[in-house]
Amino acid sequence: MSDQTPGAPTTVSRVPRESAAGEEAYLEVTDLQVQFPTADGLVRAVQGLSYSVPLRRTLAIVGESGSGKSVSSMAVLGLHDRRVARITGSIKVGGREIVNMSDKDLEGFRGGDAAMIFQDPQSSLHPYFTVGDQIMESYRAHNNVSKRAAKERAIDMLNRVGIPNPKRRVDQYPHEFSGGMRQRAMIAMALVNDPKLLIADEPTTALDVTVQAQILDLIADLQRDFGSAVVFITHDLGVVAEIADDILVMYAGTAVEHGPVNKILGEPLHPYAWGLLESIPALTGEPQPLHPIPGSPPSLLAVPSGCPFHPRCEFKDRVPDDWCTTLRPELVPRTADQGRTSRCHLKEPDKVFATEVLPRLP
Amino acid sequence: MLLYILKRVLSAISVVIVTLVASFALFFFAPTDPAGVICGPRCTPERVADIEASLGLDQPKAEQILLYMKGIVVGREYSTGGVVRECAAPCLGYSYTLGQPVTKLIGAALPVTVSIVLGGAVVYLLVGVLAGTIAAQVRGTSLDRFVVGTTLVVQAIPYFVFALLIALYATFLPDSGYHPITENPFLWASGLLAAWLTVGVTNAASYTRYSRASMIEALGQDFVRTATSKGISRRRVVYRHGLRAGLTPVVTIFGIDLAFQLTGAIFTESIFNLPGLGQLALRAFGQYDLPVLMGGVLIGSVLLVVMNLVVDIVYTFLDPRVRLG
Repeated sequence: MSDQTPGAPTTVSRVPRESAAGEEAYLEVTDLQVQFPTADGLVRAVQGLSYSVPLRRTLAIVGESGSGKSVSSMAVLGLHDRRVARITGSIKVGGREIVNMSDKDLEGFRGGDAAMIFQDPQSSLHPYFTVGDQIMESYRAHNNVSKRAAKERAIDMLNRVGIPNPKRRVDQYPHEFSGGMRQRAMIAMALVNDPKLLIADEPTTALDVTVQAQILDLIADLQRDFGSAVVFITHDLGVVAEIADDILVMYAGTAVEHGPVNKILGEPLHPYAWGLLESIPALTGEPQPLHPIPGSPPSLLAVPSGCPFHPRCEFKDRVPDDWCTTLRPELVPRTADQGRTSRCHLKEPDKVFATEVLPRLP
Repeated sequence: MLLYILKRVLSAISVVIVTLVASFALFFFAPTDPAGVICGPRCTPERVADIEASLGLDQPKAEQILLYMKGIVVGREYSTGGVVRECAAPCLGYSYTLGQPVTKLIGAALPVTVSIVLGGAVVYLLVGVLAGTIAAQVRGTSLDRFVVGTTLVVQAIPYFVFALLIALYATFLPDSGYHPITENPFLWASGLLAAWLTVGVTNAASYTRYSRASMIEALGQDFVRTATSKGISRRRVVYRHGLRAGLTPVVTIFGIDLAFQLTGAIFTESIFNLPGLGQLALRAFGQYDLPVLMGGVLIGSVLLVVMNLVVDIVYTFLDPRVRLG
């Protein structure tokens, strides 16, 4: 399985790879809309989202709660109840269209070529079935093998994700595992069918910091071995720096900035991304007051007109003709660098960042 | 586990003893006149005194209770009119009006009630859990509203009205009556069919609602989403992952319901003419037949504590997180 990346670095720390341009996308999302009609009105959870991820690369989707990051990735596995969610646009995984796929085809697709790791392993594993049982079920759903062979595979996977004594652990229940071990078991379950696409929805949020690092290492390791495309959803910029090749910043259901990780973290072009960087507390030097982004994320029932970020944006006065409140910006390259895009009207955002925002950063 | 069960059995016994003393006090301190009842309206005071002596009613109350409890454990003797009758343990005394040991009366009535209740439980569990699960899956649709509406209508009809409707209009059902299962299982089942239908349908309404609520909660759990993400069929997601979690609270309610129902299905037994515990207790009430009433109370309290214990033990099998100790 590890033959796909000969000469790959053996350490986990990120060696930034070149831009994704030219590589064939395994996951391709185009103009995705996810809406939920409710008694209070239409919730526009995702609006016109487009991105792509090739094999062997990791895209981090970053944003606040309610920015649409989880909703959009659940749509990739077809996990939304179609009686409640209205989904349009296109999601292609390995060339197959997911949006209008029949329930029968979805069952074959989910957990096979694409698998998902969820946020809280405590609630995401079934409390009444053993860990081994749950991994075996996943394996047998896609492979016509005996129970005994499936159990061998489950033990193998538990061993692979670093669970000691897997032969004994396989027959234990999730509550007999620690938080970190549970998430490892969850990862083993997701990877049991060698998926080419792995979606990790805040897989480290419920874990304590030391365990977080181990889980991140594990996911990066396994990605290298399996050669899969990974979508990593998080609100933790520290995690992003650790694991991602590319970043997609989401706000109010849309992408506001997209590009390679070092560019976005080093020189972001969108005022929302600036706010995110500023809000990271400094861990060195004199204690400084925290700098949260003023205001709160908008209700998805009534997304602000124009640029959805304008009510919280301190730079909107720099844009002429009230564009920020009336005209929705496009997600386009804003500087000479064509490999990154941003959704903002501000002129020469790179200069604004360098002269005004950078000095303020901790 | 074994130690836990032992502890629970001991506490169960103490609960039963407290119930016993309390009900004994309630019935025997009450201004009742068992000897007068037995003797009839035209009775001489000498005859009453004689009966009281033979029943031990002339003894101090505390001694009566001890004698009663001793009878349960080792048996006792009664002497009426010079004839000594042996009452073997567990002796619950003699019925004043029927002249038979209470143990024998209850022993004859219990299988009838158990047959009615267990048969009915099979019906309402199957119907209720299935209907509730289906309604939970199609929550908010017209089918769901239809199911919930039907349960409301059924629950709104008084139980005995429903039983009467079945007795009067479901004439295609075989005649009601109790025949021991050991003699003729087919006759046993056909004689109980109407009662099962009544118990089943009326209780199915509430079990549909329990199951529906429980399944809606279960299907919204994260682990159900995980199961879906594995690529197994929707049916497997609902009936393996959802139902396994959704059924656990229903089991608790069922255990307690069962204990109550086993103390006697008075309406069902009366309307379908089945000589169960309910009928026995009802008649004992009308005739101040205190030993029979006491026996009924005792059986009821034993059933309740036993079913509670059974539910707790079953729970450890349903939910591996629950450890007894």
